[in-house]
This record gives sequence, structure tokens and C-alpha cells, in this order.
Amino acid sequence: MGNVWQLMLWRILLGLLTLFAVSVLIFSGVQFLPGDFATEVLGQAATPEAIDAIRRSLGFDVPAYMRYFAWISDVARGHFGTAFASGRDVAELVAPRLANTMFLAAMTAAFAVPLSLTLGLLCAVFRDSWFDRAVSFVTLVSISFPEFFVAYVLVLWLAVDAGLFPVLSDISSQSTLAERIFVSVLPALTLTLGVLAHMTRMTKVSLVNLLDNQYIETARLKGNPEIVVLFRHALPNAWAPITNVVALNLAYLITGVVVVESVFVYPGLGQLMVDSVQIRDIPVVQTCALIFAATYVVVNLIADVVSVVTNPRILHPK
Amino acid sequence: MSIDLEISRRILLKSMAASAFVGLASPLRAQTSTPRRGGHFKLGVGGGATSDTLDPAVWTTFMQSFGHSLHGYLTEVDNEGQLKGELAESWESSPDARIWTFKLRQGVEFHNGKTFTAEDVVASLNHHRGADSKSAAKSILSPIVDIKADGNGVVIVELKEGNADFPYLLDDYHIPMMPAKDGGADTSGIGAGGYVLESIDFGVKGTTKRFANYWKPNSAWFDSFEVLAIHDATARTNALMTGQIHAMDRCDLKTIHLLERNKDIEITSIAGTQHYTMPMMTDFGPFKDKDVRLALKFAIDRQQYLETILRGYGQIGNDHPISPSMRFAATDIPQRGYDPNKARYHLKKAGMTDLTLDLSASDAAFPGAVDGAVLYQQNLKAAGININVVREPADGYWENVWLKKPWCTCYWSGRATADWMFSQVYATGTKWNDTHWSNERFDTLLASARAELDEGKRAEMYREMQMLVSDDGGAVIPVFANYVSAMSRKIGHGKIGSSWNLDGYRSAERWWFNEA
Repeated sequence: MGNVWQLMLWRILLGLLTLFAVSVLIFSGVQFLPGDFATEVLGQAATPEAIDAIRRSLGFDVPAYMRYFAWISDVARGHFGTAFASGRDVAELVAPRLANTMFLAAMTAAFAVPLSLTLGLLCAVFRDSWFDRAVSFVTLVSISFPEFFVAYVLVLWLAVDAGLFPVLSDISSQSTLAERIFVSVLPALTLTLGVLAHMTRMTKVSLVNLLDNQYIETARLKGNPEIVVLFRHALPNAWAPITNVVALNLAYLITGVVVVESVFVYPGLGQLMVDSVQIRDIPVVQTCALIFAATYVVVNLIADVVSVVTNPRILHPK
Repeated sequence: MSIDLEISRRILLKSMAASAFVGLASPLRAQTSTPRRGGHFKLGVGGGATSDTLDPAVWTTFMQSFGHSLHGYLTEVDNEGQLKGELAESWESSPDARIWTFKLRQGVEFHNGKTFTAEDVVASLNHHRGADSKSAAKSILSPIVDIKADGNGVVIVELKEGNADFPYLLDDYHIPMMPAKDGGADTSGIGAGGYVLESIDFGVKGTTKRFANYWKPNSAWFDSFEVLAIHDATARTNALMTGQIHAMDRCDLKTIHLLERNKDIEITSIAGTQHYTMPMMTDFGPFKDKDVRLALKFAIDRQQYLETILRGYGQIGNDHPISPSMRFAATDIPQRGYDPNKARYHLKKAGMTDLTLDLSASDAAFPGAVDGAVLYQQNLKAAGININVVREPADGYWENVWLKKPWCTCYWSGRATADWMFSQVYATGTKWNDTHWSNERFDTLLASARAELDEGKRAEMYREMQMLVSDDGGAVIPVFANYVSAMSRKIGHGKIGSSWNLDGYRSAERWWFNEA
């Protein structure tokens, strides 16, 4: 087990370095965008005096790199700064949105992961059957359509025609858990259709490759029932690629769902970041970017640990 | 109570039996126009961001409707387009229209229980003034030299120069009356409007409930009011169709013919003041020549533009910014039509046989701006003029293209008064003069009309100004775009005002539910 801890420590250090690099890239990237907060928030109504007033009040007269270091040293101490536009604490602004995003991701994962693993498993066992072909076809179709299209089709069928679910994900801090689940069904379903194909196919392919191996044949010849062969002999070797794909999809569910948020007016982190980029509200953009980057780092770390722990050959190297 | 109900039920049953012969529809329809109290009204608007604030100095789409439910204003443009007092009961000016005395309404209460007095007016107006003001209303209030409270019930405003329209400007959505607090204005959302702030999640939604001590009779019919930010037009439409919201703004004109078929939904198309423009810098290259400008104005098929870009939901423009619904609109000025021959004639007069120009366009200016530019490009070919439609990025459009490129696409939501519109965009040397147009006669007229209290003389002066902008100015103004909104048939309303979108942003105050 010792090398697992070592691996985690090493990965965490690398992760922090990644986050630092990301923050530099995002900060300089936003500097390259045309205009700044003052010009973007005023839009057509900008006058030189109003722009100056805003710039002065936000301290834009300080060089960019100094503003960056001031910000990053605050972050290191746990302060994410205040948003330019609302003057509110960024952490306070981001926290409820992050919670909403996590909720949707968790709900989608709760649908999608068991479903795709089961489908993948069944497809591997009954490969080349009509079942395998049907699953493959349906999941490929659903991933091939853009998400907003899938979303609109679901809205048309399940909300407008059937009236089963609401069109808007009208969530507030007062919503109960049941209300939250109810209003999040359509976005979660849309996202499920988006991530299903990837995970199902990876599960199937990794298993199919293994099932052709000689050691599986040996296990079968020992007289093991097929289910034992599958779970005890094949799956441990398949977990590594599967968890990697699951991890990437989970990260996607947290970071890449702005289109779905927009269609269902789901108050998530993606919408917040897009809003903030549009008006160059750098403290908010930076914080969102850090969260997204951290999501990838953490999720990949977990995937690596899982693949090590589940695979005896990596866990106990010769 | 139960006896009353029983009787009314019997009467209803009888009258229904009777109306079976005369036709059921008419008595039911008569009922719909009577306002009644109650219900939770949900409005979906195509705007709103986490950057919104309760401070009216920087309000945009979302806060325009939401803020109007919380706050009262000194004056109000009613649904007939007439100015009347709201928190100001009456006003009078000195003969030169320079000193304005407002008599305030007595007995008005803010949501926190404070009585509305002159000090609140002073604080609310001063909120937008001063060197450090970030307010979008700063330019409207900059002509103010001094604001004085005279006792509790009177406010005296002194202007740099006479402005006969000053009370109209106070209806601007940036200038609500807020309670004075610690030498400034309290921007926490406490107002003297019909609804009290309950909760707000910026960029998502805001909720209010009716203010029990609201002074204005026969208004603010709903028990509670909620505004939701729904940027996506399809999502807005779906929410309306499934009853999750009761009204929406900014219908998607590309699919509106489908929405029109829905019997449960009423589409309102209100001719307001917003217009689409293509300003050319009159001090740049070929645009210096008045005949080139006229050639370009004659070479646009306005009717086609209206049908294609606005699907007919608007009115054709005549190259000046005063919409037909505005005071002092000179509707007798001959309408300029599509006439390639006249365009050629003017081009020839300018000493040219053909001309190639760049037109910078982006849908950031208005939806359909790029399509409109391509349409115009085709129209212009018949007159021997070639334009390259330069598709500019939407991001940063107002910063990098408008006021920078010699010819571009632009829009104006319009202004409440002709003077305001002309002063901000067409007077010599103003910041937003996107055509760099400078006309001595126009500037003289503008200044004298502003301080003129005789309506007849003013109308004559504004007529001449409209003609000057139309014939000599640098903006091609093909269309005025209507405010196209949709609402459930459950909502009742009177005539819908055109001063701003959504009944002058006062839907929560003026509309009601037909039935529970």
C-alpha cells in the first residue's frame, strides 16, 4: 500500500502546480480579451468618465502582474476576493452555484454510471447479438446529436407534450431535496444521454479484449460459472481503463455543461463563468477556472488510485 | 358569506342558462377586463446576470422590470403616453424652464416604514451625480446645478439651462426614489413601490410580495411577483407554453408564426422607440459628401428589411430617430422609399459612378444585423454600390467597432423625449454622436426647442430637426423594432404602454389575473 500514498502525494503536488499554471494562463488570457470590466459592463452606454470611475474604484491603475500576485497570495490564504460587478465575496457567489452543479453532476452520475456499466457488461457478454447492436446504435445516436438538440427534444416530449417535468430548473435555496430532484430530471437525463456512449463502449471494449485471453479460458475450464469468471477474473483487469473514462466523464459533468444549464436555465457554475467572462469579472472567472481545473486533478487522482487498488499486479509489483 | 356565495352561484347558473341562447362568449369576455386582486405572477425576461445589483445606477434588462415593482418614481409616463405625477404630485417651472419646483405626494411610505419626504428625493437624485458616479443616468442629470429641499414636501431643482422636458426625464428607469440614509441613498432595494423585496438571486430570479401600505389605488394587483432570468428564447417560450411563467419579453421572431397559433397565448407587439441604425461617420472619406449619404439612404428596401429582419414586427424608419409613437413625431415628412435610380442620381451628383464600402456588422448590435447587412448589400447592387459586409465579433463590439469603424450597425432603445434622443446622439460633439454629424442649424434649433414651453412652436422646431437628420444626417435608419412580448391568456391588462418594454416595465403594477 505504501506506494499508493507516495503516488497520491506526488499527484497532489503536481496538481497544485497545474492549478498555478492554469491560474496564470486564465489571468493572462482574460487580459488579451478586448476591453475590460469597465468597458464591457457599460457596453453602449460607456462614457470616458464612467469608465474612469469604475477603473479607479477597482484599482486598474496597478500593473496586471501585480494585481495577479495580490490575488494569488489572497487565494493561498483562502480568500477568493470580491466580484467586480456586485462587490460581493466571490466564495459566497460561487458556493451555491457550485453546490447546484455538483448536485446535477451527482444526479446524472447516479443515473449514468450504473446504467452504462451494466449495459457495457451485458454488451460484452452478449457481444454481436441484436442487444449489443441496439445499445451501440442508440448510445451512438444520442452522443452524436448536440446536447442542446437532445435537450429540446426531451423538452418537447416530456415537458411540452406530456407535461411530466418542468421546462425550467427553478431552484432556490429554499427548494427541498424532492423539488430539486424533480426539476433536475430533464437536465440530468440530457446529460446522461450525452455521456452514456463513451462509458458503455469503454466498458464493453475493455472486457471484450480480456475475455479473449487465455487466462479467462483457463478460468472457464476450471469449471467456474461465467459470472465468477466475469467478476473475479476479468473485471479486476478492466477497472483501470473503465475508471479513467468514468472519471473523465464525471469531470465533464461538472465543467462542461453550460449549454444544458442554459437550455434549462439551471443556475450552475458554467453559467456563472460565462456571465463573468462576458463582463471580464476576473476574480469570479479565476475562481471558476480554478474549481474546474481542481475537478480534473481530483477526479483523475481518484481514478488512478482506484485503478491501482483494484489491480493486484500494480498494487503488489514484483 | 356562504349565503352570498350560494346566491351568486344560482345567479350564475341562471345567467348561464340564459346565455346559452344568446351566446356564452360575450358575458365571459366582459369579465376579463375587470382587474382583480391575487395570484403569483411570474415573468421571464431575456436578461439578467450575476453582475446585476439593486443599485439603480447600473440597471439593465432584468432589474428594469424587477426594480419597477420595488420602486416609485417622481413621474410616470402612463399607458396612453401621457406624463403624470407619481411620487411628485405636481410641478411647475420658471418661464425659462430652468428652475423646477416639485410638490411631493404626502403620506407615502417606504417599505421600511419611513415616510417619503424631500430629503429622499435629494438623496436619490444626488446618487447619480458627482465625479465618482458610475451611473448610466449621470448624463441625464448632469444639467442639474442644484437640488434643494424646501420643507418636507417640496423639492426645487435648478438646471444649467432651460429644459421643458425635465419632468419626462425623471421617468427614466435609473432614477427611482430611494430612502435617504447616512447622507446617501439606501440602495438595498427598499422602495416606495407596490411590491416588497423578498429574495433575490442575481442572474437567476427575484421574488417580491405585495406592499400592504402601497399608496396607489387600483394597481399592483398581484399578491406576489417573481422575475426569472431566462436568456434562451426557446427556453422562455417553452416555459410560457407549459405555464411555468405567465409572461415573457423578446419573443424569437424566427419562430413567432408558430407561437401565434397557440390559443392560450397572447402576443403583444408594441410600437416603441427602439430602432436599428447604420451610422456612417460624416467626416470620413466618401461619407463627407451629403449626396453619397443620400444615395445610401435611397438604396435600402425598408419594407423588405422590415419583413425579413423583423418579420413585420415593427415600422419602417425615415432616417431620423423619432418614432411615430413619440411626442413631436412629424409623421407628415414624406417617407423615403427604395429607389435605386435616385440613388444613382445622387451618386452621380457626388461625382461617382460606382462605390465600394465596408459595413461592419454584428448581431451584438441587434438580432439580425448581419442578415440585414447582406440584404442591404443586395439592394445596393442595383444602385451600383458595392459593400463588403465585415462580420465583426460580438464580444467587445461596443468597445472596438461602434464609434471606431466608419460605418457599422447599431441600435438605440430610444429615449423618452425627442430632445433627449437628439441631444445624446445627434448634437455636435456629444460622446455618442456616432455619425460625427455637425449641423449648425440643428444645434441652434435643439437649444431653443429645449427651453421653449409653447408646444406648437416646439413641434415646428422638432419637425425641422427631424427633416435635417433625415436628409443631411449620417445614419441610415431602416426600421423601428416593436417590443414583442407574449403572455398567457390568464393575464388581463389594459392598453399597453409604449414608453418602455413590458408596459413601461410596469407589468407587475398594471396587469392582473383574469381568474384564480
